[in-house]
Amino acid sequence: MDLSSINLVLLLASLMVAATPLLLAAIGELVVERAGVLNLGVEGMMITGAICGFAISVNTGNPLLGVVAAALGGAALALVFAALTQLALANQVASGLGLTLFGLGLSALIGQGYQGVRPPSFPRLSIPGLSDLPVVGRILFSHDLMVYFGLLVVAAVWFMLKYTRAGLILRAVGENHDAAHALGYKVKRIRIMAILFGGACAGMGGAYISLIRVPQWTEGMTAGIGWIALALVVFASWKPWRVLLGAYLFGGVTVIQLNLQAAGVAIPVEYLAMSPYLITILVLVIMSADKSKAPASLGRIFHASR
Amino acid sequence: MTAPVLSIKGLTKAYPGVVANSDVSFDVYAGEVHALLGENGAGKSTLVKMIYGLVQPDAGTMTLEGKPYAPTEPRAARAAGVAMVFQHFSLFDAMNVAENIALGMENPPRLADLAGRIRDVSETYGLPLDPFRIVGDLSAGERQRVEIIRCLLQDPRLLIMDEPTSVLTPQEVEILFLTLRKLTAEGVAILYISHKLEEIRTLCDTATILRLGKKVATCTPSETTARELAEMMVGTVLHTPERSGRALGEVALELRGLSLRSPSAFGCALKDISLSVRQGEVLGLGGVAGNGQDELLGALSGELRSAPDMVRMHDQPVGMLGPMERRRIGLLCAPEERLGHAAAPDMSLTENAMLTGSQREGLERRGFLDWGRAQSFAEAIITRFDVRTPGAANAARSLSGGNLQKFVIGREVMQRPEVLVVNQPTWGVDASAAAAIRQALLDLAAGGTALVVISQDLDELMEIADRFGALNEGRLSAIRPTSELSIDEIGLMMGGAHDMAVAHV
Amino acid sequence: MLKLEKRPQPSQAWIYLAPLVAVIATMIAGGALFAILGKDPLVAIRTIFYDPLFSEFAFFYRPQLLVKGAPLVLIAIGLSLGFRAGIWNIGAEGQYIVGALTGAGVGLAFYPLEGWFIFPLMVMAGALGGWAWAMIPAVLKVRFGTNEILVSLMLVYVAEQLLASMALGLMKNPQGFGFPGSRNLQQYPSAHNAELIAGSGMHWGVVAALIAVIFAYVLLTRHILGFHIRLTGEAPRAARFAGVNPARLVLICLGLAGALAGLAGMFEVSGPAGRVSIDFNVGYGFTAIIVAFLGRLHPVGILLAGLLMALTYIGGEIAQSRLGLPAAAIQMFQGMLLFFLLAVDVLTNYRLRLARREVA
Repeated sequence: MDLSSINLVLLLASLMVAATPLLLAAIGELVVERAGVLNLGVEGMMITGAICGFAISVNTGNPLLGVVAAALGGAALALVFAALTQLALANQVASGLGLTLFGLGLSALIGQGYQGVRPPSFPRLSIPGLSDLPVVGRILFSHDLMVYFGLLVVAAVWFMLKYTRAGLILRAVGENHDAAHALGYKVKRIRIMAILFGGACAGMGGAYISLIRVPQWTEGMTAGIGWIALALVVFASWKPWRVLLGAYLFGGVTVIQLNLQAAGVAIPVEYLAMSPYLITILVLVIMSADKSKAPASLGRIFHASR
Repeated sequence: MTAPVLSIKGLTKAYPGVVANSDVSFDVYAGEVHALLGENGAGKSTLVKMIYGLVQPDAGTMTLEGKPYAPTEPRAARAAGVAMVFQHFSLFDAMNVAENIALGMENPPRLADLAGRIRDVSETYGLPLDPFRIVGDLSAGERQRVEIIRCLLQDPRLLIMDEPTSVLTPQEVEILFLTLRKLTAEGVAILYISHKLEEIRTLCDTATILRLGKKVATCTPSETTARELAEMMVGTVLHTPERSGRALGEVALELRGLSLRSPSAFGCALKDISLSVRQGEVLGLGGVAGNGQDELLGALSGELRSAPDMVRMHDQPVGMLGPMERRRIGLLCAPEERLGHAAAPDMSLTENAMLTGSQREGLERRGFLDWGRAQSFAEAIITRFDVRTPGAANAARSLSGGNLQKFVIGREVMQRPEVLVVNQPTWGVDASAAAAIRQALLDLAAGGTALVVISQDLDELMEIADRFGALNEGRLSAIRPTSELSIDEIGLMMGGAHDMAVAHV
Repeated sequence: MLKLEKRPQPSQAWIYLAPLVAVIATMIAGGALFAILGKDPLVAIRTIFYDPLFSEFAFFYRPQLLVKGAPLVLIAIGLSLGFRAGIWNIGAEGQYIVGALTGAGVGLAFYPLEGWFIFPLMVMAGALGGWAWAMIPAVLKVRFGTNEILVSLMLVYVAEQLLASMALGLMKNPQGFGFPGSRNLQQYPSAHNAELIAGSGMHWGVVAALIAVIFAYVLLTRHILGFHIRLTGEAPRAARFAGVNPARLVLICLGLAGALAGLAGMFEVSGPAGRVSIDFNVGYGFTAIIVAFLGRLHPVGILLAGLLMALTYIGGEIAQSRLGLPAAAIQMFQGMLLFFLLAVDVLTNYRLRLARREVA
C-alpha cells in the first residue's frame, strides 16, 4: 500500500470532475421536485444522454454538439414521463421506474458499435492567469467547460427560485397545486417544463460521464449515479446550494475510494466500490429526520376537477 | 339606481349528468353586498367559478361595468377588477404572507415594497398582519385576512367571498362585517356566498337564491324572515330534530389532562384537555377550524396514542390502545374528512363497511373475512339511513357528499357504540340529510350512548348538545350547559377575536 | 380538445382491457422499432411470441418458459403486495442476489456431505437472506423515515459488489483452476434444485411460484391483512383510522417481498444457473417490477404477465441468434410495455371526452 502516491491537489481537482455529473443531474431533479413532481427516471435519462452525447460527438467530431444532443436526448425521454404523469395521470413512481428500465435498454441499443470508440476530446477552459496560480489554479481554474457550466446552472437555479417571479410560481405549484390552479396558474404546463429541464440536465450529466469523465461508452456506465442524484436532492433539503455541497461530498467519496483502490489498500476492491452507495444510505438516514422541507405536493397527481 | 357593476344573463353550465347552473340572471350594484344563497349543490360555486374565469359557461353572457365580460382564466378576471376570497383558502403553507400575496397579483412590486403596502392596507381596513410570517403558522382567521388583503391590493370593483365566516369566531365575524361595510362605502360591490341566513339578513342588501342550479328569487333579506329564506332555499319545510328527555347514566368517557403533540407540521398540539361525558349525554365541542379538532378526534379514535390514563373509558385507562381495541370496547369515531379518512374513495361500500365494522359486526373470523355478511351490513346501513346509491358494490367516491356522510355516520351508529365521537357530522351536507344525521345522533343518545360532537356549526351544537365547550389553540374552555349560553359568551369561549384588539377600524 | 373526466367509479372493463391493449400497442410500436433496425417486423414479432411456443423446436423452449417465468412470478408476487400498500421496494434484484448467496453458501458449506436435509436448509437460508436484505430498508423506513425506494435500490449495487467479492473470494471453487465462480451445485445432488419431471422445466422454484400465487390470492381477497394492505394503498389515512399499523405493514410487505426474491435467487443458483458467478444476476428483480404492474398487482394477472415476460426473454434470445436482433431491443421492448400499460391505465379511472377548451 502506498498512500503517498495520492496527490492531494490532483485529488481535489478530480473531485470537481467527479462531482459534475451528479451536480447536473441533481440540480435538474431539484427543479422538478420543487414543482411537485417526483421523477425517478434520472438514471434512465442520464444513460440516454450519455449515449446520445457520445454518438453525436463521435459522428460530428464536435463534443459541444454532443452535449446539446445529450440535453435533447434526456429531455426527449423526460417528455415521455411528462406525457405519462401529467397527461395520462399515471403513477409517478411507476413511470419513473419505467423510464429508467426503458432508458437502459434504449441506450444499450443505440450504443452498439460505439464500444471501444474514443470520443473527441473536450475543450479545456483554463482561465488565463488564474489557472497558473499554484495549487488553487490546478484545483479550481483549469477544468473543462462543463465543470463551470454545472456551477453556473446551480447559481442560476438558486437565483431563479429565490428572486424571480417564475421561481415563486414554480414553488407555489409544488407547494399546493390546487391553490395554484385556483389562482389561474397553468399547473401542468409549468410541471411539464420543469420535467423537460430536469431531463436536459440529467442528459448533460450523463454525457459528462461518457465524454469527459471516463471517456468511452459502456452499457450501464452511469452505475447508479442517477439514483444517488435523487438521494442528493433529499440530502440538500431541496436547496440548490446544498446540492452543490452534497455533490462535492459524494464526488469526494468516489475519488478517495478510487484513489485507495489504485493505491492498493488492503481492503478488497469490491468493498471500496460499495462505499458510495453505503454512504448514500447513511446520509439518507441522517437527513430523513427532517421531512418538513419537502414540497407539499411532491408526487401527488394533479387533475383539475370542477 | 346606477348601472350594475356585474350583470349576469342566462348563465348555464352543464356537467355530464348534472346541470350545475340553468339560465341564471341577476345584477350586482356598486356599494352593495349581494348575497348568493343556496344549499350545498345548488350551483353557487360553479356560478362563482364562471365569474372568476375558472370555468367557462355553456350559454349566457356577463357584463362588467357595461362592457362584455367573458374571462377565460382567473388572470383575466383579476385584470378586469374581479377578486375572490376562496372558501378553502388558496394559500401556500410553506411560504410567507408577502409571497402568498404576490402570487395572487398580476404585477406585484418587489417584496420589500409589497410588505409596506400590505402593512398599509391591513392598517386601513383593520386586518393586522405581519408580511413575513409563514402562512402555515397562522390561525384560520389570519389566513383569511391574507386572502382578503391579496384581493384588496388589486383595487377590485367586485369582491367575491365564498363562505367567509365558516372559519371565524362570532367576534371575528363582526370585524369582518365592518371591513366589508367600509369597502362598500368606497363603492366596491361584494358578492357574498353563504348558507347562513341570519348572517345574510344582517349584512346583505340584496339576496339571490339558488336551488338545484336555478334562480328561485331575488329579495331584500332584511325584509324577509329567516324562515322564508330557508324555505326558498330548501324548497320544503324542515323539521327540527326532536330531543326526548333522557336520564343520564354513569360517566362513559373521560379525558384527564390530555396533552399531545400534533403529528403534522402545521397542526395544533392538544394542551391539558379534561372532560367527561355520561351515558345518554351529548357534549358539543365548538371552535374555529385548526384549533385541535382533528388531533382530538385522533386521540379518541386511537390513531394517536397518549399516556394510558389521559383517556379513560368506563373508568379504565385506554390511552394506549389502538383503533381496533377501542372499537372492541365500544369507543367509535367518525372523522371529518369523508373521502380518504372515514372512507376509502375507490373502494366499494361493502369494503368500506368492513373498514370499521369487521369486529363488532362479526365480519371477520380469525383474520378471514366474510364478504357476504359485510355486504349485508352495508345494505342495512344503506336502507336504514336512506343512502342514495344503486348498490353496495358502488365506490364510495361515486356518492354525493351528503349520502356518503349518511353512510359513514350510519356505519358507526349501527354498531351500537358505547361512546361515539363525531367531527363535523353535517359539514357540506344538504339540509335534509343534515336533519336526518342529527336525529340519528339524538336517537343514539336516547338509547344511552355517550356522544361527543365536534363541530364548527354553532347552530348545530345549540340544537343537539346538552353541554358545550370550545377548543381554542388546543385548549378546552370550561364546559357549560347549552341552555344558559348566549352567542357572545360562546364567542368568548372560542377565543374571541384573535389579535383583533389592536385593530382600529 | 380531448379532456379527461373522472369516472364515478373505476371501470371494470378497462381493468381487464388495459393490459391487453398495452400488449397490442407494444407489439405495434415494437414492430416499428424492429423495422427501424432493419428487421422484418412481422417475422420479429412471430419469432418472439409464436416460435417459442409453436415452432418445431418448441419442445426445447417450452420448459424454458417455466424456468424463466418462475423467478419473475415469485419476485413480482412479493413486490405487488408492497406496491399495493404504497411501499416501493425496487431492490428485489439485490434481495435476489443475497438469497442466492446465502442459499448457495449453506449448500457449499456442507460440501461434499450428502443428506436430505441440505436442500431444505438452503431454501430456508435463501428466504432468510432475501428477508434480511429487505429488512434494511424496512427498518430504516420505520425507524428513521428513510425513503425505501432509494435505500433498496442502493442495496442492489452493494449486493452486486458482494456477489463479485464472493465469486472471486470466499465462495470461489477451490478446484476451479483460479477461475472466478463457485462449485457447480448441479453436480452436488443434495444441493441441486433438479427438474422434478425431466425435460419439463418444472423445478422447486416453479412449485414455490405457484404456491405464492395461491397464497397471495387468498391473502388479498379473503384475509384482513390483505384488506389492510389494499386499504393502505388506496387511502393511507383511512387505513390508520381502521387500525392499521403502518410500520408493521412496511415490515411485513418488505419482508415478504425480500423472502420471495431470496427464494427465487436460491432456486436459480441451485438449479438453472448452478453456481455463484459475477454475472449471476440478469435483471429478474427489475423485470419483475414490469411483471407486477402488467399483472395489475393481482396474483393471477402476475402469473400470466410472468409467463408473457418469460416469453419475450426466450423469444428475444431466439430473435437474437436467428435475426441478429440486439438483446437491448428486447429490454427496450419490455420498458415500452410498462409505458403503454401506464398510459392506457388512465382509462380505468377517467374517460376521454371531447370538450371545449378550459383552463387546465
